[in-house]
Amino acid sequence: MSTKVVDRSPLTFYESTYLPALLGGLKVTTRHAWNTLVKGKTVTMEYPEQKWVVPEGYRGAPYLVKDQEGATKCVSCQLCEFVCPPKAIRITPPGPNGQKADRTNAEKMPQEFEINMLRCIFCGLCQEVCPEEAIFLQKDYSLTGESRAEMIYNKEKLLKLGGTHAGIQKWKHKLEEAKEQEVFPVATE
Amino acid sequence: MDAIKYLDPSVQFILFSVLKIVFVFGVTMTAVAYAVLVERKISAWIQDRPGPNRTAPFFVQFIPVLGPWLTRLGIFQPMADGLKFILKEDFTPSYVRTIYFWIAPAIACVPALLTMAVIPFGSQIGGEKMVIADLNVGILYTFGIVSLGVYGIVLAGYASNSKYPFLGSIRSSAQMISYELAMGMSVVPIFMLVGDLNLSSVIGYQADHGWNILKQPVSFIIFLIAAFAETNRLPFDLPESETELVGGYHTEYSSMKFALFFLGEYAAMIAASAMMVTLFLGGWTLPGLSDPASSLLGGLLHILIFGAKMGVFMVIFIWVRWMLPRFRYDQLMDLGWRRFIPLALANILVTALVVAFTNK
Repeated sequence: MSTKVVDRSPLTFYESTYLPALLGGLKVTTRHAWNTLVKGKTVTMEYPEQKWVVPEGYRGAPYLVKDQEGATKCVSCQLCEFVCPPKAIRITPPGPNGQKADRTNAEKMPQEFEINMLRCIFCGLCQEVCPEEAIFLQKDYSLTGESRAEMIYNKEKLLKLGGTHAGIQKWKHKLEEAKEQEVFPVATE
Repeated sequence: MDAIKYLDPSVQFILFSVLKIVFVFGVTMTAVAYAVLVERKISAWIQDRPGPNRTAPFFVQFIPVLGPWLTRLGIFQPMADGLKFILKEDFTPSYVRTIYFWIAPAIACVPALLTMAVIPFGSQIGGEKMVIADLNVGILYTFGIVSLGVYGIVLAGYASNSKYPFLGSIRSSAQMISYELAMGMSVVPIFMLVGDLNLSSVIGYQADHGWNILKQPVSFIIFLIAAFAETNRLPFDLPESETELVGGYHTEYSSMKFALFFLGEYAAMIAASAMMVTLFLGGWTLPGLSDPASSLLGGLLHILIFGAKMGVFMVIFIWVRWMLPRFRYDQLMDLGWRRFIPLALANILVTALVVAFTNK
């Protein structure tokens, strides 16, 4: 480790009157006050009116998403419920005679899907584990409510907040592949 | 108004004194509240922040342009702060010495307010002098009262029975005693020139002979710096120095008791500003406006002039806080004992020689 010897030479007469320090302080404070008052340059972000730009890949609140046709992607496999570290997710499966899925290539969809946003730690494991890409951590970071009950988001609310996610169209491509395989004989060059 | 003239002189005296006390007390309390706001605003501007800009009673939002502007300036913040202090839990730790713990805030707050009694804050309104007590020993009274302020802080430190307040109050007593000497000595030349201890005659002298700041700049600088030390303001805020002593002598205090210390500190600032205006800046006079007012309007104008001069000093007090770092304890003592006291003594000597040889 290299050491740096700080110069501690005794103050000159001018310095010992504290005038340079006084003037320096006056200069710095005046400059800052001028910048704030006249030029309006503050470092503060006045939060509710001004909001920061949420960066890509930010882990906000997890919401359910719909596919490109507006159908529920979740197939009620309950992997997210099992993986959720704080046990914030609770899924009620439809049961043997329950409602069928509202899209092709899926047998079922959850009867009820609840995320307790008071418990959720925004870890993203649900998004990682989901085989259907049906749940995503989105950009919302400021979730408020007037009661605990209000902070438990149900399926309807989660789907509405989550919106449509048309990026990965897993089942559409699978369907196309399957349809192509029906064409017989396979087209040759 | 004529009915007042036929009253017994003693009744008149009591009536006018009570009116003046109410006025001065009210103005001082309001000034304290708004000094806190000004402090917060100026500190914010210096630190690139907007400062308090949200608090407002609900009806203000219905006032067009003016309402949001006043809210942005934080005009309503002091009311919310005051209400908060009153409503907060007043917690007394189990280990304190209760009686002293209760007395200390009052002792810290009262002297600063008492000082205001001898300050001539205006010329006259309707023949009534605008000073609560026109004492012939005004300045001696002031110094006597101001030095009581240290007891509040010392008692607070002792009564809190906890190490940080204790250290703070020890520092404070040493600091205030050392700077009181320099402060007292710095005003001696003024009274050599004026020849009277009455603060009204100090103002009268300045109206005739020009402001004392021009004749005694050294006195003024010593007094100003000693006033910073006496009011425990940065760069001499060793009694509270947040970074070293948590909160200093008022660490253990909460709610209204803490508010009293706060109030005392700002009232002391106001009193010190008033003293400096009176002693060095000609009090309520301005060149061309130095005759005692004959009309009501003139009297009010003089009070406003006094207030404006005080305001300038308050801004200086506040601005300096954000300008300079805190002095180290030994530097503080060195500055007090080895620089200012000899300087003040030399100043007295030089003034005495000049006064003696010129016979004024």
